[in-house]
Amino acid sequence: MFTAPDLSYMAFAPIIIVLLAGAIGVLVEAIVRDAATRRAAQLTLTLVATLGALIVAAVQWATTTEAGVVAQAGFFVMDKQALAWQCMLLVFAALGALLFAARTRAGEEAFTPLGSAAPGSPEEAEALRRKLEVTEVFPLLLFAVGGMMTFASTTDYLALFVALEVFSLPLYIMVALARRKRLLSEEGALKYFLLGAFSSAIYLFGVALLYGAAATTSYAGVLGAILASPGDLALFVPGAILVLVGILFKLGAVPFHTWSPDAYQAAPTPVTAFMAAATKAAAAAALVRIVFSSLYPLEWELSWMIWTVAIVTMVVGTVVALVQTDIKRMLAYSSVAHAGFILVAFAGFSPEALSAVPFYLLTYGLATIGAFAVITQVREKADDGTVGGEATRLGQWAGLGRRDPLLAGAMALFLLSFAGIPLTAGFIGKFQVFAAAIDGGGWPLVLVAVLASAAAAFFYVRLIVLMFLTDVPEDQQEAVEVDYHPYTRVVVWITVIATVFLGVMPVWALQAASDAGVLLTGL
Amino acid sequence: MLDLTWLLIAVPLASSLVLILLGKRADAWGHWMGLAASTAAFVVGAGAFLQMLGLDAESREHAVHLFTWISGGELTVDAGLLVDPLSITFVLLVTFVGTLIHLYSVGYMEHDPRRRIFFAYLNLFVAAMLLLVLADSYLLLFVGWEGVGLASYLLIGFWNHKPEYATAANKAFVVNRVGDVGLIVAMGLMFAAFGSLSFETVFAHVGDVSTGQLTAIGLALLVAATGKSAQFPLQSWLGDAMAGPTPVSALIHAATMVTAGVYLIVRSAAIFDLTETARLVVAAVGAITLLMGAIIGMAKDDIKKALAASTMSQIGYMMLAAGLGPIGYAFAIFHLLTHGFFKAGMFLGAGSVMHGMNDQVDMRRFGALRTAMVVTWVTFGLGWLAILGVPPFSGFWSKDKIIESAFVGEGWQPWVFGLAALIGAGLTAYYMSRLFFMTFHGKARWTDDAHPHESPWTMTVPMIVLSVGSGLLGWFLATGDRFTTWLEPVTGHAEHHEPVLAVPVIMALTLVLVAIGAGLAWFQYGRAEVPTTAPAPSLGTMVARNDFYQDSVNRAVFQRPGTHATRTLVYADAALVDGAVNGTGSGLLKLGEFLRRFQSGQVRSYAALILIAVAGLIAAVVLGVL
Repeated sequence: MFTAPDLSYMAFAPIIIVLLAGAIGVLVEAIVRDAATRRAAQLTLTLVATLGALIVAAVQWATTTEAGVVAQAGFFVMDKQALAWQCMLLVFAALGALLFAARTRAGEEAFTPLGSAAPGSPEEAEALRRKLEVTEVFPLLLFAVGGMMTFASTTDYLALFVALEVFSLPLYIMVALARRKRLLSEEGALKYFLLGAFSSAIYLFGVALLYGAAATTSYAGVLGAILASPGDLALFVPGAILVLVGILFKLGAVPFHTWSPDAYQAAPTPVTAFMAAATKAAAAAALVRIVFSSLYPLEWELSWMIWTVAIVTMVVGTVVALVQTDIKRMLAYSSVAHAGFILVAFAGFSPEALSAVPFYLLTYGLATIGAFAVITQVREKADDGTVGGEATRLGQWAGLGRRDPLLAGAMALFLLSFAGIPLTAGFIGKFQVFAAAIDGGGWPLVLVAVLASAAAAFFYVRLIVLMFLTDVPEDQQEAVEVDYHPYTRVVVWITVIATVFLGVMPVWALQAASDAGVLLTGL
Repeated sequence: MLDLTWLLIAVPLASSLVLILLGKRADAWGHWMGLAASTAAFVVGAGAFLQMLGLDAESREHAVHLFTWISGGELTVDAGLLVDPLSITFVLLVTFVGTLIHLYSVGYMEHDPRRRIFFAYLNLFVAAMLLLVLADSYLLLFVGWEGVGLASYLLIGFWNHKPEYATAANKAFVVNRVGDVGLIVAMGLMFAAFGSLSFETVFAHVGDVSTGQLTAIGLALLVAATGKSAQFPLQSWLGDAMAGPTPVSALIHAATMVTAGVYLIVRSAAIFDLTETARLVVAAVGAITLLMGAIIGMAKDDIKKALAASTMSQIGYMMLAAGLGPIGYAFAIFHLLTHGFFKAGMFLGAGSVMHGMNDQVDMRRFGALRTAMVVTWVTFGLGWLAILGVPPFSGFWSKDKIIESAFVGEGWQPWVFGLAALIGAGLTAYYMSRLFFMTFHGKARWTDDAHPHESPWTMTVPMIVLSVGSGLLGWFLATGDRFTTWLEPVTGHAEHHEPVLAVPVIMALTLVLVAIGAGLAWFQYGRAEVPTTAPAPSLGTMVARNDFYQDSVNRAVFQRPGTHATRTLVYADAALVDGAVNGTGSGLLKLGEFLRRFQSGQVRSYAALILIAVAGLIAAVVLGVL
């Protein structure tokens, strides 16, 4: 018999606002014909929706005296943990939207004018001539964020799957929309889609096994079933492993990371910025909730897997980043290494991870968006002075510190934050994560992590050296131009200030993270 | 107002940031904003002071909690301010003199294209100095301590297009680092002994730790103080620091920052009270520096360097007083206050002279300026009378008290310290009168292109205001022991002790020595001809002129062995450490090249990798765990 679900719409308000705005955005696409007006309308709508939802979520946070509320029994909770992730995702989305809307001084945006036209076809040339624009990226962004927010608040394996697809499908499309190197972009998107479908299948298989063992798909139900049958875990453990693989794929952990360098490099850089920060945050949010509200009794069976994957991820991410010559690819591998650092927090399943992981993702996400925002501004320059695509070869960044010290300084700050140097947010983030691991008895893992971050510092600092200390003879200087839009500058400034602030004055954010360290079971 | 004291730091800091960030857009009005920020800080400070005056002596200690700075495990560091009579005294000195010097700089730096940056740095200094004196813990004090060091470095090297000025800035910075290490060591020792760095906790538990520990802490604090306050043996940077613009010398290197060491000692009175050894070393350092500074001052022909030597010497007096313990703390701060006024006034006077004489600093090319610059002459004259200790001018009230206190005690100490202070007073009279007569009296020995003229009002007004302080402040504060009573909640009540010589005898001796010193200077430099080039020096003059060869000593004792040690280390680093690192690095790169091949770009191999990994994980569980 079907019973109508008992939903608490007020509790869902942040998610509803975002998804509703996405739907309105689709209507705007259909109604507003003038491209410039449409872009302005979409940007406004996106910013209003994300910031409005952020305010609502913040109010919910402030007015919730206890851990939070159950939004729909068995399916969704809006506890402080979920609200913390949602606020973070909304901030990333707002910053991402600003990057989406930025364009070069010549008026060129990051996206192809017509996604449906084959690369190099007459249709594409016609679209370029008519200055068409795919402002659909804004509604797509909103749908993705809505999915991610749901991802962070669900307490049911099947609902998690739905949310996963809701945020993945728009991302696949957005990756394919790069204006330049379109074939590469479409290839990256296709790979991302195929592997995403593949991992979804693995995840669903895992859920099926769990359902077979527990006869329920809710986190709490699976937890209860595991506790009730300590001797018979034959279905639970493989199921749990397959479920975790599905999440680790989104997190970008080795060996499930293969999509990320290709997709990061292929996607339009604003999309890379948003995706690198937000997808990882959403995946980490789901991982935290699954581990600590459903699978923690399997600690003994699962932690060797977490340890192995964490170590392999840190080593491979760091070592392969060392040999990259493309800056977007280098940051892609750096983000793989960061997935490993995030997994370190789960060593021993210490509840400290409930606070450490959100804080880490905040510091990582801000620096990531900032760094990719910087990348969008460094452009190749043709002989006739026209500004071309992004200059992503590392050699092209030599001497940037002299050309634009502020921009190069901001980039250096983000890199130092990635490396975890004190007085940047990244240091506090790493400290929290390592502290959580040590609390759970995972000091050998922390040792590996510290060694990996030392090795990782090499390629971060190498770029800083390249920007500031490498002398390039005048005639051999690569033709590079710094071309920026006020929006990108705003994003860089916000992320710079946040990175320094969280590094010097982390107390308030840490307090919030510690308040978020309680999970509701959702029953 | 007391709760708003955080504004004292926030306003100048914000102004400084705005001035730097706005860039050239703020060139037209930036200096007025800097002045406004400093004035605002003074208004807040004065308001807090007035409110505090309305309170009972016991309740004048006011803690302002700002925020929890670091909170991790057992370590919690709160950032808070401590507003008490001592800190508010400094606040008033820094903001009042600071505001006057901001005003003065508007005129002095008028033709400098980087005037806005200069004001940004000045504001930064004011903010950092106020943080230093208002902090409620050694850690926060250290932030201010480093902040003033940074501002001092930036301002000494403000005209860094001249290499020797940049070198002077570096020297100040490096020497100050030595002192900073002392403060860091002191904080480490305190943290080990007390588990906290807040004044409240440390001072409450001084009785619980051994005297040896307290002595170690005290000596480490003294190292810090000698660095910042240019005391022996870390005094060598102050003379070179005169490379900075003169308002900087007046504010930072005479009135405020260099007195931070004295503040540190007096603030740590609770520690020094319990360790006689450390106190004795403080007094000895003060006595040595006060004589050394005076002797160097006698031989300098550069007006700013002579004033710098005098600053060193006067701070030596304050150190000596602080080292005397409870009877001296209040007088140390009292002299610090009066000195802040008359020395800043004289530096501004020197700046005014330089302004009118094409930036000439050689006193042998001055002379007879009293007619050309009447205001400067009169205001400088008041400062001169004050530093000589002529009654009833300011210096008399404060310096005489220090000399009297130095004569208090038993054994050899009162005689050594007392006589040092007494002789110092005579030497001070000599070199300051020499400076005064060479500059303003005698015959004109100007270079041909010099056309001395009085400075604009923005410069003369601050000089006049400060000279009023030079004239009257000491008398005002000494009457009825106003100042010592005011500081009593912080420094404690001092029992009255009789000096080994009767007070009138000491006073008479002092005045006689001062008269002799000034008279001698008048005969040599006021009445007699002063040659425009320095005559061949005697051995003593040579030693003094070269700052007692402190630089050469430093070079021989510290720099050379240091250079050799670092060279050896660099060699070892290149051979051993770099070898290991580079070996690891190239190994990792090879590994990277290998692993990179897995990123083939083909989806089928990616999918296969995932499948193999999943199969491997499951197989491991099935075979191993279950």
